[in-house]
Amino acid sequence: MKDETLISVEDLKLHFRVAKGVVRAVDGVNLKLGYNEAVVILGESGCGKTSLAKAILRLLPRNVQTYSGKVILKGVDVMQYSEEEFRENVRWIEMSLVPQAAMNSLNPVLKVGDQVTEPLLVHSGVKKEEAYAQAKKMFQHVGVPEDFLQRYAFELSGGMRQRAAIAMSLVTSPDLIVLDEPTSALDVLTQANIFNVLKRIKQELETSFILITHDISTSSELADKVGVMYAGQIVEWNDAEAFFRKPLHPYSQKLMASVPRLRADKEPDFIVGQPPSLLDPPKGCRFMERCPSAFDKCSQEPPTINKDGRLVKCWLYA
Amino acid sequence: MNKILKTLKEIASYPSAVVGGVMVLILVAISIYTVIAIPYNEAISLWKSSEQQWFRNPKYAQPAWTNFFRTKKLPTTIDENITAHPENKTVTVRSDGTKTITENFPFDFNFDGFPSDLAIYFTYNYVQKPPFAVATFVTPDGRKIRLKSSMITNSFRIDQDTALIQKFGNTPPHIALFSVPKSDPAQILKGHYEVQVEIITFEKDTDVDAEFIAYGQVSGIAGTDHKRRDLMIALLWGTPIALMFGLLAAVGTTVAEMIIAAVGSWFGGWLDALINRIVEVIMVIPQLAILIMIGTFYSRSIFVILGSVIVLGIFGAGIKTFRAVFMQTKESAYIDAARAYGASNTRIIFSYMIPRIIPMLIPQFIVLIPSFVFLEASLAVLGLGDPTLPTWGKIIDDARSNGALFQGFYYWVLEPSALLLFTGLAFSMLGFALDRIFNPRLRGQ
Repeated sequence: MKDETLISVEDLKLHFRVAKGVVRAVDGVNLKLGYNEAVVILGESGCGKTSLAKAILRLLPRNVQTYSGKVILKGVDVMQYSEEEFRENVRWIEMSLVPQAAMNSLNPVLKVGDQVTEPLLVHSGVKKEEAYAQAKKMFQHVGVPEDFLQRYAFELSGGMRQRAAIAMSLVTSPDLIVLDEPTSALDVLTQANIFNVLKRIKQELETSFILITHDISTSSELADKVGVMYAGQIVEWNDAEAFFRKPLHPYSQKLMASVPRLRADKEPDFIVGQPPSLLDPPKGCRFMERCPSAFDKCSQEPPTINKDGRLVKCWLYA
Repeated sequence: MNKILKTLKEIASYPSAVVGGVMVLILVAISIYTVIAIPYNEAISLWKSSEQQWFRNPKYAQPAWTNFFRTKKLPTTIDENITAHPENKTVTVRSDGTKTITENFPFDFNFDGFPSDLAIYFTYNYVQKPPFAVATFVTPDGRKIRLKSSMITNSFRIDQDTALIQKFGNTPPHIALFSVPKSDPAQILKGHYEVQVEIITFEKDTDVDAEFIAYGQVSGIAGTDHKRRDLMIALLWGTPIALMFGLLAAVGTTVAEMIIAAVGSWFGGWLDALINRIVEVIMVIPQLAILIMIGTFYSRSIFVILGSVIVLGIFGAGIKTFRAVFMQTKESAYIDAARAYGASNTRIIFSYMIPRIIPMLIPQFIVLIPSFVFLEASLAVLGLGDPTLPTWGKIIDDARSNGALFQGFYYWVLEPSALLLFTGLAFSMLGFALDRIFNPRLRGQ
C-alpha cells in the first residue's frame, strides 16, 4: 500500500432542487484514498451514497442546486475542469464507474463486445481490433468466456452482465473505480463471486476502489478503509480492521449490530426510526434522534474528531 | 445474413405483409419499367404535345379490355393507311400530265356500337395547284354515298362536315353512315365497308397518300382523355413520381423529426421547450393551405412542393411521439453508463438513443409513405400539380375539369384512383404487419 494520495475529496456538496425545497444529498463530504486502496462506503438507503459517487464523477442530474467542494485527483483539482475537459480527461481515463443496477447498464442494441470497447473507442481512438483485444483481456480478468463478446446483453445472466460491466470499467485501465452497489439484486453465490473478481483485480491491476454497498459482511473482505455515511455526511472514517472489530460512531455500532452473526447467539439488532429527511436535516448531530447515547451536547453540530488517525463525527469522542 | 433471413422468415409468416410486400414490389417494378421503357423526356413531350401526335386516338375512349365484359362489343379504332396496303392504290397517268389516284380502304365492321368519329387524312405535295379529292363511302348493302369532293386539305373530318350532317337530316355522319337505312333508333349495319378516295392531281410530281380512320369507342389498356392522349403514359409515369414523392417526403420528415426529437429530449431545458413550442405552432398551421399558397404564388414544381412538405414536416407532430419514447430511453441505466464513460452528446444521441427508436420507426415510416402520395394527388386535383409531369392526380384533375363523371367517363377517374388505392393498401398492409413484428408491445399477440 503506497501512502501517496490518489484522490482526496474536500467539503464536497451536492444539493438538488425539488418541488418541496432543496435536498442536501451530499453535504460536506471529505475523504482521502491512496493508490491500490479500497474504501467501502456503508450506509442506509437514501443517505446519499449514490449521490456521492455521482458527485465524484460529476454525473449530475439537471436539478442541481449546489455543486461545490474540491475533488483533487493526483494533485489536480478536477472540479476546475470544464465539462468537456472533465469528460475527456477524467471519466474513464482516471476513474470509471460501475453504475447501480449495472446489469441494465449495457445497451440492449449493442453486442457486449462493442459495448465494452466503447470507452476505449471514445477516448483513446484505438482501432477496433486493439480495443477488442483489450476487452478480451479484461474479460479474462473478470472471468467471463471471451466468446460472450459477440453476444447481446440479454443473452447474459445477471452475474455475467455485472462482470461485463466491471470489465467495461477496467478497459481503459483507470486508477480508480467507483462501484455503486455492484452486488445488489444478485444471489449470494454470485455476490461472493463478484467480490472475488474485485479482489483479484485489486491484486493484479493495482486499482483503487470506492465501493458503495449495504452489504457489510461481504465488503469486509475487500475493504482497506470504511466510510460510514449518514444523512449526506460521512460520520466515521476508519481502517477496515479496526472498524470491523470496534466501530466508533454509535450509528456504525448499530449498523454492525444489525448484521446477523453466524456463531454468536444474538438476535440481529435494528435501528429505531428512519433516517432524517435530507430536505431539512436536523440541527446538530443528524443521528441524535435515533441515537441511544445522545446527550444534551448533541443538539450542536458535532466536530470531526481525529482519534488515532480514525475520524469520527460524534460528541462522545470530543 | 442469418438475421436478415430470420426477419424475412418472420415477415413471411404474416400474410398481409407478404401481400403488401408483393404489391409494393409490383409498384416498384412498374416504376422501373416505366423509367426505362418511356424515358422522362419522351414521356413529357408526349404528354405535353398537342393533338397532332395523338390524332390516331379517339377522344374519351374507354379501355379496350372493357369489351371483354360486354355482350355488345364497342368498336375499336379502324385505322387504314394506304402505305400499309400499296396494292389498293392505283395510279392512272393521263396524257395531259394529270393523274388519277384511286385509293380504296376496305374494312369489316362487326361491332355492336357506332364509331365515335370518322376522318380521312392526306399526306401530299404540290407546287402550285393543289390536288382534288373525291371520297365515297360504300356500305355493305351496296349504297354509295359521296362524302366529299373538294380541294385537298390535310384532314377531312367527316363528322364535322355540315353538308353531310344536313344530308343525313341532322344525324351525325358516324351514325348515319353505319346504320341500317331509315332505322329509328339507328341500328348498326354490320358487314364489309369500303371507303374509296379518288384524287386528281395536276402536277407531275404530286403524290397523295390517304389514311382513313374510324375512331372506336375503346382504345388501349387505359383509354384516352379529352386530348386523345393515351392515359397509360400518365398512369405509368405517375407510379415512379408518386413513389418518389412519398418516399422522399416520408424519409425527409421522419429522419428530421427523429433527430430533432432526440436532440431536444437529450439536452432538455430551454431547447426542448423551444422545439415543443415550434411543433405546437406547426401543428395548428394548416399545411394544405400553405402548400396551396406556395403552389399558387410561387411555384408548382414538384420539387418545390416536395421541399415545402419536408420543411413543414421537420417540426411535425411526430416529434411528440418520438420525444415520448426518447424521454424514457434517456433515463435508462445504459445511457447513464455511457455518460459515465465519457461518450459525447452526439455519440449518445446517434448511437444510443436513435437506434432504440428505429424498430418503432420503420413501420410508422412505411405507413407514412401513402399519405404523402395522397397529398401530392390532392394538390394535383386542386390544380396545383406540377404542370409538366403526368401524375395520377393530374389525370383526376383533367377528368374533373372535363366533366368525366357527368358524362359517364368513369374509367377516367377510376383508373388513377385505383392505383392510388393500391399504393395506399400496399404500404399500409406492409406497414401494419411490420409494426407487429418490430413493435415489442404488439409482439406475439
